[in-house]
Amino acid sequence: MKSIRIIPCLDVSDGRVVKGTNFVNLVDAGDPVELAAQYDLEGADELVFLDITASSDNRETVYELVRRCAEKVFIPFTIGGGIRTVSDARKLLREGAEKVSVNTAAVNRPELISEIASEFGNQCVVLAIDARKNTEDVAQPTKSGYGVYINGGRTPTQLDAVEWAQMGERLGAGEILLTSMDRDGTKDGFDCELLNAVSTATNIPIIASGGVGDLEDFLQGVTLGSADALLAASVFHFGELSIAEVKEYLHSHSVPVRPTFKRN
Amino acid sequence: MPTIAVLDYGIGNLRSAQKALESVGGHAILTSEAEVVRKADGVVLPGVGNFGKCVDALRTTGVDKMALDAIESQRPFLGICIGMQLLFEKSEESPKHRGLGVLPGEVRILPESVKRPQMQWNAIHVPKPIPMLNDLDGKWFYFVHSYAAEISPTNEIVAATCNYGSDVVAAVQSKNIFATQFHPEKSSDAGKTFLKNFVTSCEGT
Repeated sequence: MKSIRIIPCLDVSDGRVVKGTNFVNLVDAGDPVELAAQYDLEGADELVFLDITASSDNRETVYELVRRCAEKVFIPFTIGGGIRTVSDARKLLREGAEKVSVNTAAVNRPELISEIASEFGNQCVVLAIDARKNTEDVAQPTKSGYGVYINGGRTPTQLDAVEWAQMGERLGAGEILLTSMDRDGTKDGFDCELLNAVSTATNIPIIASGGVGDLEDFLQGVTLGSADALLAASVFHFGELSIAEVKEYLHSHSVPVRPTFKRN
Repeated sequence: MPTIAVLDYGIGNLRSAQKALESVGGHAILTSEAEVVRKADGVVLPGVGNFGKCVDALRTTGVDKMALDAIESQRPFLGICIGMQLLFEKSEESPKHRGLGVLPGEVRILPESVKRPQMQWNAIHVPKPIPMLNDLDGKWFYFVHSYAAEISPTNEIVAATCNYGSDVVAAVQSKNIFATQFHPEKSSDAGKTFLKNFVTSCEGT
């Protein structure tokens, strides 16, 4: 049976969780490890940490975060941001992360995906794709209608989101974390058209990201978007929805989820 | 407090297995030293990644012999994920490599009809009562794998199955060897219950 994973995402900057809208306007949302442990207790299926500053001078902060998290959190977690080499990945995996996610560095040098995959297995490489719908003023529209952006969404590329996902799968990515930049932080719901396009074009799990605002949005990510996992940040961080509520709602709509063990 | 040797052959995420064993009362040591492994009350072979790479790493570090000695000594032995697959004779993932061969059979890729890897939580079915899986029938564990042991679900060594398109072997037991395709160290409360059972089995050895 296929079950759907619920994944809180913690955007981390200088050791704190932050959250913005359309990738800007960041607000402090707490200590990452404390939040992570709380989500484990509440029944989260996985966690994603994205180091959004990812400069070379704060790498130690990230290793420290992974070490602390491995001590307190007993569900899988992915770490992304600033991973450029196999040795970056090795260090994070040895400290306790299950998976690493790559984004900008993989666009710049796609072999990075196969290098990490052949060393540690496909299952530990998550290809994160930041996609945005082509607008009328876009210089070169891409085939699927969605382009790929890098550097935290600041830099457009020539890549088409669906084609890049397929190439990522061929290179050995075990999973795709697909963020709609148009929906990020808006609470207008996932971009199900984008999700469905990528999900039907690939045969690896797709994590839906960007835009979830209410319970129905979670459900639509599965029913309309064909996602395998649903990622959310602010609705969980700011207590608007609990993981148990989301899981109960999905369960009541016949979507298989791991039941939460502890309820308050 | 029983001492558990977590075999370190340079592959993957070992800290999480160590931390999880410690959280349920084991004294877990990451090691590739034969003397430490010999003195431990129980031994864990963890691992993620490619079967062939793991076999090479086991041989290079000499951890293969330590694992075989530990199994021979009848002390509790736990293989996790690739650490389970390595106990079989061979794997379709890397046909040229030989596994440790302490369990009969081989490891095959999951059918094309399902997404690979199986990367999700899944409920396990425990067909007959086993102390290690006490109270865990129907509980959910975290799986991440594209290959699985190819043995009939009715084979006596099968301790648990899960359904992923078809029945997949989730755990096996043969004498002092226990092995799980799922990751107990990443399976929250259910995983801790399982590891607690393993640590308990290491007491009094």
